[in-house]
Amino acid sequence: MNRASDELFASPSAAVPEPCLDVRRLNLRYANNKRVLKNIRLTIPQQRVTALIGPSGCGKTSLLRCFNRLNDLIEGCVIKGRIELDGRNIYSPKIDVTELRRRVGMVFQKPNPFPMSVYENVAFGLRIRGVNSRRRLDETVQESLQAAALWDEVKDRLHRSALELSGGQQQRLVIARTLAVEPEVLLLDESASALDPISTLKIEELISELKKSYTIVIVTHNLQQAARVSDYTAFLYMGNMIEFDSTARIFTNPLKRQTEDYITGRYG
Amino acid sequence: MAPSANEAGEHISRQFSQELEQVRTRMLRMGGQVEKHLADALRSVAEHDSQLAQRVIEQDSEINRLEREIDTECSLIIARRQPAAGDLRLVLAIIKAVRDLERIGDEAARIARSAMRLAEEGEDPVDLGEFHQMGDRMLAMLKQALDAFARMDAEAAALIVSEDLEADTEYHGAIRSVIAHMMQNPENVSVALIVLWAFRSLERIGDHAENISEHVAYMVIGVNVDRGDFLSRKRPGKGSGKRSGKQPGK
Repeated sequence: MNRASDELFASPSAAVPEPCLDVRRLNLRYANNKRVLKNIRLTIPQQRVTALIGPSGCGKTSLLRCFNRLNDLIEGCVIKGRIELDGRNIYSPKIDVTELRRRVGMVFQKPNPFPMSVYENVAFGLRIRGVNSRRRLDETVQESLQAAALWDEVKDRLHRSALELSGGQQQRLVIARTLAVEPEVLLLDESASALDPISTLKIEELISELKKSYTIVIVTHNLQQAARVSDYTAFLYMGNMIEFDSTARIFTNPLKRQTEDYITGRYG
Repeated sequence: MAPSANEAGEHISRQFSQELEQVRTRMLRMGGQVEKHLADALRSVAEHDSQLAQRVIEQDSEINRLEREIDTECSLIIARRQPAAGDLRLVLAIIKAVRDLERIGDEAARIARSAMRLAEEGEDPVDLGEFHQMGDRMLAMLKQALDAFARMDAEAAALIVSEDLEADTEYHGAIRSVIAHMMQNPENVSVALIVLWAFRSLERIGDHAENISEHVAYMVIGVNVDRGDFLSRKRPGKGSGKRSGKQPGK
């Protein structure tokens, strides 16, 4: 109806961004036979931030963990369907899972720096891939810490223990460690949930910066955070994808009643 | 049709539901007051009642105070609750509607001032039949707009827009006849001007009522509409005006 608002609310179907991850008829159940994801269909756009929201147990974290096959580590977990990354099914037997996890990095809720120096934390991924050139390591460590907006705070203490950093700094260090192996996709599982408000805002600011180079998928219980940082929002409920649209639309005028009830804090 | 705030269930925070309901009720109550304010202003013209006109002028500050209070309540809800979707649209629609109501109050006070001047003149300088007719129409439009707000009825709101279009035609006709009268009776120009301003106030009241109906449409269907959008819909059907091209779950 109104042109300006239509542009503002450009629907994903307008297909401006290229697809990065394409989820097709994805089903997941755990060993207890509980179906956690039911026929999920979703296209994650490239170099955008997509937020997965929904009540506890709706399957959003399970879905996120499908993107780098972390669920493979769970015994009895059965996944059917496809997820294509740049057009290739990541569940194909030909896929090298270690390489997939390099391309699709993940950051968890609690910062988990390794008990080693700041420098070695960031260099870790490169070292296990056999990179030993001091110059290359120095460069990557600096670039990654800069990209994670942490460089200025740690450049004088690179060789001190990462565990001395604050929670917010540790989380940015973990992001830097993920960036060091040059991923394409960043999965953030409640990564800015256990932090104080200032650190949270710093991570959110970082997310906006990182989306220029990476595709980002975040899981968050903080709806305001989803509204602030994401371009697209997917609402999941009891394993079903209820609604996927631009964040602007989801938070001002969602199509589905269930979405409205959830984001306005009503009984479902 | 998008789920709207009043048809949705209770918030988990009952306090939040109460806050929204309270501010909505206050806005509608303010609407009722403005309606009475306008009716009194029109009656003061019809009955040459200076005292009534004086009361209308005095009451205007009360309406201004209500606007500020409701505005503050809405700011607090936004700051504290960060409303989303239907709740957000409700709060925004209230903020906008109270502004239009406050302006309608101002125009009613202007009409009351005209009534005082006209009462001083004794006899009406021009035939005020058209003025009263238009006044009744504006009062009805305001009532319809407020009813549409109370019932969250976008279709009823759309009808108000075509009503205002007719009122505009009526206004231009009336202005022409007042001007013709001025040309024929130059000795009456200063009084006729008072009537002209009063007509102008009525016309603006119609525009504000139309604005309120647009806020209703925004609140209910979630899309900003203007007169053109409303009129381009032949006969508003259920759920029309809803955005299209959406592919959930894609």
